[in-house]
Amino acid sequence: MSGVFTPRNIVTVALLAGLTLLPLYVSLTDDRFLLTLFTRIVILAIAAVSLNLILGYGGMMSFGHAAYLGIGGYTVAILAFEGVQSGFVQWPAALAASAVFALVIGALSLRTRGVYFIMITLAFAQMAYYLASGMARYGSDDGLGLDNRSQFGGLIDLSNKTAFYYVCLFLLFGSIFLVWRLTISRFGMVLRGTRSNETRMLAIGFPVYRYKLAAFVIAGTLCGLSGALIANHTEFVSPAMMFWTRSGDLMVMVVLGGMGSLFGPLFGAVALLFLEQFLPAAIHAVVQPFNPAGAVKAGEYWQIVLGPLLLLVVLFARGGIDGLLRMLSSRERHG
Amino acid sequence: MTLFIEQCLNGLQFGLLLFLLAAGLTLVFGIMDLVNLAHGSFYMLGAYFAATFAAWTGSFVLGAVLALGATLFVGMAVEVIAMRRLYGRDHLDHVLGTFGLILFFDEAVRLIWGPGGLSLPLPAWLNASIEILPGIHYSAYRLALIVVTLAVAAFLYAMVMRTRIGMLIRAGASNREMVAALGINIKLLYTLVFGLGGALAGLAGLMQAPILTVQIGMGENILILAFVITVIGGIGSVRGSFVAALLVGFIDTLGRAFFPQVLREVLGASAASTAAPALSSMLIYIMMAVILVAKPQGLFPANTK
Amino acid sequence: MRKALLAAGAAVLLATGPAMAQNKSVKIGFVSTFSGPVASIGNDMRNAFELALDHMGRKMGGLPVEVVYEDDTLKPEVGKQKAEKLIESDKVDFVSGFIWSNVVYASYKPIIDAKTFLIIANAGETRLAGPNCSPYIFSTSWTNDQNPHAVADYMNKKGIKSVYLIGPNYAAGKENLGGFKAEFKGKVLGEDYTTWPSQLDFSAELAKAKAAKPDAVYMFYPGAAGVQFLNQYAQAGLKGSVPLYTTFSIDSLSLPRQKDAAVGVISALQWSADLPNDANKKFVADFKKKYGNEPSFYAAQSYDAANLIASAVAAVKGNLSDKAAVQKALEKADFKSVRGGFKFGPNHYPTQNYYMQTVVKEGDTYTQKTTATAEENQPNPHASKCSMK
Repeated sequence: MSGVFTPRNIVTVALLAGLTLLPLYVSLTDDRFLLTLFTRIVILAIAAVSLNLILGYGGMMSFGHAAYLGIGGYTVAILAFEGVQSGFVQWPAALAASAVFALVIGALSLRTRGVYFIMITLAFAQMAYYLASGMARYGSDDGLGLDNRSQFGGLIDLSNKTAFYYVCLFLLFGSIFLVWRLTISRFGMVLRGTRSNETRMLAIGFPVYRYKLAAFVIAGTLCGLSGALIANHTEFVSPAMMFWTRSGDLMVMVVLGGMGSLFGPLFGAVALLFLEQFLPAAIHAVVQPFNPAGAVKAGEYWQIVLGPLLLLVVLFARGGIDGLLRMLSSRERHG
Repeated sequence: MTLFIEQCLNGLQFGLLLFLLAAGLTLVFGIMDLVNLAHGSFYMLGAYFAATFAAWTGSFVLGAVLALGATLFVGMAVEVIAMRRLYGRDHLDHVLGTFGLILFFDEAVRLIWGPGGLSLPLPAWLNASIEILPGIHYSAYRLALIVVTLAVAAFLYAMVMRTRIGMLIRAGASNREMVAALGINIKLLYTLVFGLGGALAGLAGLMQAPILTVQIGMGENILILAFVITVIGGIGSVRGSFVAALLVGFIDTLGRAFFPQVLREVLGASAASTAAPALSSMLIYIMMAVILVAKPQGLFPANTK
Repeated sequence: MRKALLAAGAAVLLATGPAMAQNKSVKIGFVSTFSGPVASIGNDMRNAFELALDHMGRKMGGLPVEVVYEDDTLKPEVGKQKAEKLIESDKVDFVSGFIWSNVVYASYKPIIDAKTFLIIANAGETRLAGPNCSPYIFSTSWTNDQNPHAVADYMNKKGIKSVYLIGPNYAAGKENLGGFKAEFKGKVLGEDYTTWPSQLDFSAELAKAKAAKPDAVYMFYPGAAGVQFLNQYAQAGLKGSVPLYTTFSIDSLSLPRQKDAAVGVISALQWSADLPNDANKKFVADFKKKYGNEPSFYAAQSYDAANLIASAVAAVKGNLSDKAAVQKALEKADFKSVRGGFKFGPNHYPTQNYYMQTVVKEGDTYTQKTTATAEENQPNPHASKCSMK
């Protein structure tokens, strides 16, 4: 029973099919919140996919990836605030702004290595965070609301929740496809080669710096797209989108799902946001029989479970969810 | 002029406090090659322990001493239980694993002490202002902080430069395998160093507690500043951290104090009053980026491994 | 294929049961902050809301009440998510709570778009009382500029000539200090806004305030930051030499930690624990008995919010689908408020009295004593900017 029907493939296909058919389920059960929740999951999965390109494939530990969420989001919100409602302007502008930011900070940051790289990307993200907090015209710390989602003429109406969900899902699939094409191309080979041994790639004669920078800019742009979608989804942007713990969340998604695996970030995003929604309820259910009065409050302490869980994943399940599935798949093949 | 002197003292005090945090970070960084985001949790624990023990014993000083011991113990326990397993791993693993620890400690503190936070009242002899120069009054407590942190810095310097442990620390920072090969109990050394780092952070937290009250997540903002300092100073260099901490302390305080006036000339009064606090926070990160671009290893690169 | 799907859909519908039954119960969503350093405020609000339900036998107009509490974690975007969840998933009839202006401003749209009533129990965002007001929005509190207005009024009467202002750099902070400046007749020697909520060391700002030599300092720092501010005010040597005025920075939650640092500080509120009406006496006594601490003003406003909702549910006899009738009933505000009388202005914000309070030490306990009535029947200043659509 080897080949196509491995647990890994089954789970992947089931997840993709589930995501595609979700609006149908929602329309049947009238639980519209599920659609809202999954729209958020899909959007953040795009961000995680983009981070995976540099983190998982390129070995670049960017700790400032949330900055692009903010830049993409703020570009859309600011344009809307200034009266430009057209998505044909807003979205390309969001992508361009993210790309430029990525180009500048990438060019500077990639001169450093290791921990220094982690910290300088963090520093740039904090700068973006404080810049947004300082823009009095655009709400400073309070953030900025959008009156309408981006307008695409008669093409598509984003205020329709189902339509918006499918747009996000389509863009997620597009991003995964893009990353897949990149990784199997010569570009991807060089990138992965750099990750395992940069000196050797340099010796062979590849302009490693330029390859890394290109990947950094692509990832930033893709994440900016995710930011533009978030702004449309929540109809609200604030500096908090860029705080360093948010960059941490994105990293957690990538690692939880499985670094350097194509669908890993998607698994990670689904898993993390699911935990966030349902862990409180789960704790509540466990505590309830012992202490009915304290059960509601116990559910609020869900992070006490999440924290050590993260540590355990890092220590014992390095491949994340995708790694576990892969292990199951190969065990089946051998056994 | 009095205002300027007072702000300089504030900057000095804040910088020295940051140094306590950064010193622990840089030691752990330099010797175990470990990125410890949970360092801010020790800062928080130090404050919580001090508030609790001070309430029990009724003495501020006794409470502080007990809290220092308690954070040292927790630090060593965390090293033995969790950190030890992270050595030699990818930096990414460190970041994520210790990110998990932050969540754990925050929630654990909430479970034990409740969500409301505590306060650590000062004894009357510290809760006053004294005249340091004719016409210049300054908080007695902040003055005491400056003295204590300077003493700790001197102690750290003497320990690293003059004692056997310090020698091992320096040797460990430049060549870990060699120290281990010489038959030194590197495990114990690591546990001690990690505990020491934790205790320094705890000291910073408990000293900051009377100024800032004790609350969950208090370590998260200041942690990033401590990281910035470690990186600017050069990872593993205690001296570098000292210089960078003072730099950051001054820039932050003086920026907040005088930047609005500068900005007012450019932006006009109302925009300046909103933008100034945000932009002066940015100054630190701009400085860091500039320094790293010019010197990718920080101001005082430690001996290369 | 389509047939099969429809059949499957029907099966799911049957399995989940009919969700369309008409108001067998009243469902209320309550959004507040239950985690992080200001969780104590959220808990106090929840406690008061629960106490109100206990007092009414956990029934409104004969219908059982179900409350869903949601934590906004002090983040606007989380508040918005939670509001959406309450509307879309829990399908609540009312949403109440909200401590923070920025959170409620990010969250109110999905609530009123779904024609659900929003009863704000604290957050004083001015736009919701003015240009963005709505038939579906009610408040049992104030707008951010009202209480400082009362303090400034009082300071004018006392003949205070100059003041230094310090506050947090977010919507409520700016509106609060703005409200003060609009009313204060003396000279404003300087104003500082600090990063909210992360900046907790006010040494640079206090040094500037001291150098400016004002007659008084006015500040606004809710929650834990208020504790820090008062401690540092004392340490900077300002306490005792420059009188301190404030709003919303001292309450029964922070006072046990502010202690001596708060003694003598003057503030203004529309309610206080020592107001002598019967509803308030019962509320304060039962709250102390059940939870062990004196209720805060956050609690008082939440208690009023629960009673306001109950009065409307009773008036429409549980028929909550008649939105216009519910709105009319809410506007009447036919309930016993703990602040004495309660009436709404045209923008659904209360018209109310303001009382000056001073912190005093009695034996070992610290309390706020009402010393004067600053203003009577102060209408909400934003009513003129509100046109109900």
